[in-house]
Amino acid sequence: MTDVPYSREFALDLVREMLRIRRFEEICAELYGTMKIRGFLHLYIGEEAVAVGVLRAAQAKDAVVATYREHGHALVRGIPAKVILAEMFGKASGCCRGRGGSMHLFDAATRFHGGNAIVGGGLPIATGLALAERMLARQGIVFCFFGEGAVAEGAFHESMNLAALWRLPVLFCCENNLYAMGTSLARSESQTDLCVKAGSYGMAAQPVDGMDVVAVHEAAKSAAEAVRAGGGPRFLELRTYRYRAHSMFDPDLYRSKEEIEAWKKRGPLHGLTGRLKAQGSMSEEDFQRLEAEVRAEFEEAVAFAEAAPLEPAADLLRDVYTPAGGA
Amino acid sequence: MSARLSYREAMREALREALLRDSRVLLMGEDVGMYGGSYAVSKGLLAEFGPERIRDTPLSELGFVGAGIGAALGGLRPIVEIMTVNFSLLALDPLVNSAAAMRHMSGGQFHVPMVVRMATGAGRQLAAQHSHSLEGWYAHVPGLKVLAPATVEDARDMLWPAVQDPDPVVIFEHAQLYNLEAQYRPGSGADITHGRVRRPGRDLTLITFGGSLPATLQAAETLAAAGIEPEVVDLRVLRPLDEAVFLESVRRTHRALIVEEEWRSGGFAAEITARIMEQAFFDLDAPVQRVCSAEVPIPYAKHLEEAALPQPAAIVAAARRLVRGEAA
Repeated sequence: MTDVPYSREFALDLVREMLRIRRFEEICAELYGTMKIRGFLHLYIGEEAVAVGVLRAAQAKDAVVATYREHGHALVRGIPAKVILAEMFGKASGCCRGRGGSMHLFDAATRFHGGNAIVGGGLPIATGLALAERMLARQGIVFCFFGEGAVAEGAFHESMNLAALWRLPVLFCCENNLYAMGTSLARSESQTDLCVKAGSYGMAAQPVDGMDVVAVHEAAKSAAEAVRAGGGPRFLELRTYRYRAHSMFDPDLYRSKEEIEAWKKRGPLHGLTGRLKAQGSMSEEDFQRLEAEVRAEFEEAVAFAEAAPLEPAADLLRDVYTPAGGA
Repeated sequence: MSARLSYREAMREALREALLRDSRVLLMGEDVGMYGGSYAVSKGLLAEFGPERIRDTPLSELGFVGAGIGAALGGLRPIVEIMTVNFSLLALDPLVNSAAAMRHMSGGQFHVPMVVRMATGAGRQLAAQHSHSLEGWYAHVPGLKVLAPATVEDARDMLWPAVQDPDPVVIFEHAQLYNLEAQYRPGSGADITHGRVRRPGRDLTLITFGGSLPATLQAAETLAAAGIEPEVVDLRVLRPLDEAVFLESVRRTHRALIVEEEWRSGGFAAEITARIMEQAFFDLDAPVQRVCSAEVPIPYAKHLEEAALPQPAAIVAAARRLVRGEAA
């Protein structure tokens, strides 16, 4: 086991962010059980290292495009937990005033462009955001997250082609958790090496251990630097696993308990904490302190969401179009 | 200042105006640059504005329409050209699921100031995959604005307000209109919220839009020669729909005939009919009638294609039945 090559402060930040996602998703599952959250709910438990490792390589001026399994990305990007939860409660204080729910979290302040629930739907949008970045001579890049299921969509191929053809500043982050709902990669793709697909569009593509936040962060940092330097898009295949079913409706019949348990042994959170403790840069007390902070944050967030007002039904049609004079 | 312009030239001038007035504007689509546009609308623009702003795309409607949405979200003002409405079906996902929904779904945080232009309609023997009219499908979707310029003036003037609009605007250009010529007076069509009366009349209201306007006006002249004075309403804007322009007319004429190139079943004329029934039923002296395309994929052979489309003779016959109860 190699040492974690970061300052204690940054290492603890990575632990805190992964812990925030883990605990947030657990709370969401509970709130789903008590009917506070409805609709589809897709949990990110097991995949925390991907959002944290990648987005800690992003800058404030960058844009982020994510999928319907995006609570973790939203939290790491800095959208307050309370407005995310209020959104899932369908409240007016939610980040999208209760219009989006779990699958459609958006935040202009952090350039968080969803929350896209059409598989592959975010890729062309990310490509266009990158085009704007370049044509308006700004220095931001676009972080585009999508699952391995999206590589079967035409949108994936069309976007990879456009981004590479126009050398646009996009970092394509493929979260390969092996299953598109219940269909494994091997059952849906003739070519299961995703880097070969991306590489065929002439962009650098790299597989990464998505259960190791250090490996993810190092790969994302160096890929983001290359993209930012004007080298065109890059592709990261982040090999990860979701511990929970696809959604709250999924009976999880398509994979074995043994497989799930084997992946859990490689858990991103205890993987990092174990290394930090072994090298003496984090104690159990440190971890418990983080747990307490995270618990307090989310207790407050749940209370906020509970107390938040509902959007008046009279405002149903608000924001279908921009009001006259607005923009 | 007045000049004689074709619809195609008018649209090109409108594009030039948008590109000159706003540096955030770019035109993107298949063969808009080197080739000059599949209907030659953008001919010459590449030389004037360069390949960054007159941007040729691969044949990937889903990809480049989606990229247009992203570009708009990122601060550009893209004008995306799709060769025909048939091909736009490959881009229905980003248009309906992202562009139209974005503002509402994000609680008003993000909006998509994008214009999508596409050719529509039949009449050139291009058969079942290049000839359809699906304007009503787009007009069905909240969040989109849908325009159908039918005159040289509207082709010249409706684009700039569409480009300035903060929300996604879809513009349908009927392919049969590109060679239409007319005298153009600047500044009179820059309205993307209202329909227009194109010919005043008293005996019945002919309601139409886009490529069916010339055939409808032609039919109106034939009817006038026979002593029937139709009023012709050009909808211009299919969403948000300007009801007042046709309801006011129908209340005066007491008869309505809708002419469109879409199929009758579930077409846009059905929506117009319903609005009249809901709001002007007691002003009617006869049931609302429709002249639409035959319910068939548009065929290739000239005589079959003509038989499938609303022709002036069919409009005249339907109008005479409506006004005088005459047999066709």
